[in-house]
Amino acid sequence: MRRRRLAGSGSHGKVIDLEQAMTLFADGGSFLFGGFGSIGTPPLLIEGLLAKGVRGLTIIGNDAGYPSHGVGRLISAGRVARAVVSHIGSNPMAIEQMNAGTLSVEFVPQGTLAERIRAGGAGLGGILVDVGMGTEVEEGKRTVVVDGRPYMLEPAIRAPLAIVLADVADAYGNLRYRGTARNFNPLVAMAADVVIAEARELVPAGTLDPDSVHTPGAFVDYVLPGSPRPAGVPAPKT
Amino acid sequence: MDARELIARRAALLLGPGETVALGIGLPTLVGNHIDPRLKVVLFAEDGVAGIGPRPRPGEEDVDMINAGGEPITRTPETATFDSAVAFALVRGGRLDAAVLGTMQVSEAGDIASWKTPGGHSPGMGGGMELAAKARRVVVLTRMATRSGEPKIVPRCSMPLTAPRAADVIVSELGLFEVTPEGLTLRERARAATVEQVRAATPCRLIVTEPVAVMEDRIEAAIAAAETGETP
Repeated sequence: MRRRRLAGSGSHGKVIDLEQAMTLFADGGSFLFGGFGSIGTPPLLIEGLLAKGVRGLTIIGNDAGYPSHGVGRLISAGRVARAVVSHIGSNPMAIEQMNAGTLSVEFVPQGTLAERIRAGGAGLGGILVDVGMGTEVEEGKRTVVVDGRPYMLEPAIRAPLAIVLADVADAYGNLRYRGTARNFNPLVAMAADVVIAEARELVPAGTLDPDSVHTPGAFVDYVLPGSPRPAGVPAPKT
Repeated sequence: MDARELIARRAALLLGPGETVALGIGLPTLVGNHIDPRLKVVLFAEDGVAGIGPRPRPGEEDVDMINAGGEPITRTPETATFDSAVAFALVRGGRLDAAVLGTMQVSEAGDIASWKTPGGHSPGMGGGMELAAKARRVVVLTRMATRSGEPKIVPRCSMPLTAPRAADVIVSELGLFEVTPEGLTLRERARAATVEQVRAATPCRLIVTEPVAVMEDRIEAAIAAAETGETP
């Protein structure tokens, strides 16, 4: 069994509160995050990071969110030093900080980013991809020819921590996402040493239909319950 | 019909029955309003959804159902949601029949530049590189010129590329162009524009074979066919 640093509650010792979760983060750390335009980014964990005041962060995920939503809140507050993302167009603060040189941005094509993270989670060294050839993305990349076709070698991505938002989690950490809030969540949930799942609903282990689980609990170290259920989002059926 | 509506309505007629289609942010999103529902075109968005219905009524938005532009969407009988790796497997794997995209510049060879203005507004490529490079058919929607009057259909892109040789068709407020091995070819013109006016607005080598069809004629014929219940 994996040794966990934090003594959580629940049948599998994985259920923690925000204060416990925050002990896992420090200045200069890096983490993967789920979410697309902040949909599917865990709001309590972002709030906790803002309150804790960690800075110099490296964040890896689809985009820079909005100035007052998702990881965009951390960028607005000047807590992010580096972002590995596919897009920052929804966050003018990110564009401003990038142009001012206070935020380092590495742009990765979205599908390549998703697949590099998936590869990191799957224990692979990298992927071969041709999207971006003939553009700036190709600069400095190694080319590998397979069956006469050239591809770029793109290394896998992992991080020490990942934060995800589940609609439902059970006490073992089996997760189900909802709608387009799934996006990068199942990928980042596989690609980190420590995975924290914020959940809108926590149910006892054995309650979720195993066929409806998107991320198996074996990938998940901690479950943080109590994520607010937005207006109009129905309570889940287990 | 204003310029945006003309472009969106003409582009909608480029989509075939049962196709899986991605619509980019901005002008391309308007195309969704003009697709004949009888075609059962399935709209895809790279945030992980295929089967996108119309915008929900105010108060009925579901925060977990958005398109890649962050706008609220509704479900259709075809809807499936999936993660981002699956979304791009669909695109790179050849299952996306068409992508309708906006752009900053598009060249006469079909090069698309839409993600970066050196020293200026650089939003990033998002999923644009995959859509442009891997959709089976790429339709670029663009005004002829920027707000400051710079042409957007150009001999060579001066901005960093999203994908080389990607565009198949370009629809603007003055014409419909096809990128062919012989070069950029004017297939249709807007009713209000002469071929000479299109040429003047396009600093490219432009192939024109008279007579050039009229974009509005195609749109009006499609509207008439829809009203009489004719099969599209």
